[in-house]
Amino acid sequence: MAVMTREETEALIQEVLEVYPEKAKKDRSKHLTPNDPNLEQSKKCITSNKKSLPGVMTIRGCAYAGSKGVVWGPIKDMIHISHGPVGCGQYSRAGRRNYYIGTTGVNAFVTMNFTTDFQEKDIVFGGDKKLDKTIDEIEALFPLNKGVTIQSECPIGLIGDDIEAVAKKKNKEYDKTVVPVRCEGFRGVSQSLGHHIANDAVRDWALGARDEDDSFEQTDYDVAIIGDYNIGGDAWSSRILLEEMGLRVVAQWSGDGSLAEIELTPKVKLNLVHCYRSMNYISRHMEEKYNVPWIEYNFFGPTKTVESMRKIASHFDESIQAKCEEIIAKYKPEWDAVIAKYRPRLEGKRVMLYIGGLRPRHVIGSYEDLGMEVVGTGYEFGHNDDYDRTLKEMGDATLLYDDVTGYEFEEFVKKVKPDLIGSGIKEKYIFQKMGVPFRQMHSWDYSGPYHGFDGFAIFARDMDMTLNNPCWNKLKAPWVVDEEDESLAATA
Amino acid sequence: MPSVMIRRNEAGELTLYVAKRDQEDIIESMEKDGTDGWGGTVVLKDGTSYYLDPLDEEPRLPITLRARRAQGG
Repeated sequence: MAVMTREETEALIQEVLEVYPEKAKKDRSKHLTPNDPNLEQSKKCITSNKKSLPGVMTIRGCAYAGSKGVVWGPIKDMIHISHGPVGCGQYSRAGRRNYYIGTTGVNAFVTMNFTTDFQEKDIVFGGDKKLDKTIDEIEALFPLNKGVTIQSECPIGLIGDDIEAVAKKKNKEYDKTVVPVRCEGFRGVSQSLGHHIANDAVRDWALGARDEDDSFEQTDYDVAIIGDYNIGGDAWSSRILLEEMGLRVVAQWSGDGSLAEIELTPKVKLNLVHCYRSMNYISRHMEEKYNVPWIEYNFFGPTKTVESMRKIASHFDESIQAKCEEIIAKYKPEWDAVIAKYRPRLEGKRVMLYIGGLRPRHVIGSYEDLGMEVVGTGYEFGHNDDYDRTLKEMGDATLLYDDVTGYEFEEFVKKVKPDLIGSGIKEKYIFQKMGVPFRQMHSWDYSGPYHGFDGFAIFARDMDMTLNNPCWNKLKAPWVVDEEDESLAATA
Repeated sequence: MPSVMIRRNEAGELTLYVAKRDQEDIIESMEKDGTDGWGGTVVLKDGTSYYLDPLDEEPRLPITLRARRAQGG
């Protein structure tokens, strides 16, 4: 299908909305729009960060997912207690592929599940005693932990437990950081509020620990990677580029990160923010309180990586800038070879994305470097400011969809007929059964890393491997009934 | 009385960020911009305006302040 005009895109949205009742139609129509790159502000064309409609299939998560799963979870040397019933922690355990270095169960705890396992009596009589005891057990069994966070699940807020009091008591008792996080799942409309709550908890309970202590030797080239969760090793493939440029990466937030790194971050010269959505809050706070400026960068695909490296270097002196050009020249033959190999196989293919956080806009560059075109994108839990940043990245009259429902996404795919879809596990199988090539863009489909120049090679290989797989046209969706079959069934 | 943060963006322009609304916009004009105090009525690029209680001089940015929704904004 050729590029859609604005009218066609609008007609498509109207057609898809047709099945909804009047009220739902009105609500959903605000979340779907053809892109207009000339607009400065997204609020003129799309509404975001609003409560999902009851009755539609949304794939959003909850505040607990945003705090425990995204922001706090990857901090490897702290133990994150899923405070409440056992399921929330167990069913999300180790699902996000935040890689880390350490010995699990000894000095790193990311993939383990710690829970207070609420029972009926804890709901009735309160769970603070149990939490107290859990922390005692943790200290006995895992003495090398550097601290504990208490990640509240829904019941904690409902029964009104005082986890802050427990945190303060245990902090005194063991002289370790204990962070109560009020990230009950019912708060807010999506995981996005969980990110915010987690950021605020970092600010209030952990960040300032070394404010009075200047024993840390600083250099002029200290930076921190903020909002890189090291999925499949992403932060590592970013980190080596920064280090080759001559910068010193003091902290990784929070993939492969540690409590000590968090405490040292206020002492860096520049915060590099990859995932704006989940960590802009703490970056803004550090700018105000510690005078540490922050910039956004994008390490997906060589074009954007080079752009970002130059932007980062421009905040430092000439030695760094010269080094930066050197590194770019060094890696250029590598990525040129990747493009030479895969671009002919992928040129002109059309992609639809529906992901969260930063990727709906950040990965566009990666696809464009391979000659592919992103014809639709959307955020699960983006806000206005995310869409502000997306408008410029997308072509005119391409589809934008916010918190898209299962039905809408399916219909869009049927009509737009993209060559590849990048989304999550909940969408994967329906589209695969329909015979549409699909990549998970949350967990990189168990591959990765995708950041930096090394990551781009893997990204290109993965896209080619999926798209040019000969299996797709041999698939028939199980719900598609042949006429022949039907007549046969009628005679039986 | 929303809490707003005022900072300079990468281009050096003053921006006003309303955390509650996730809105960040460039400040078009500010009533008092340094010579005889700092603050007053602030007009954003999209036309909305806020009122900041004037400070004596330009503070160290970024800074979080309480702002009032100005009339008509």
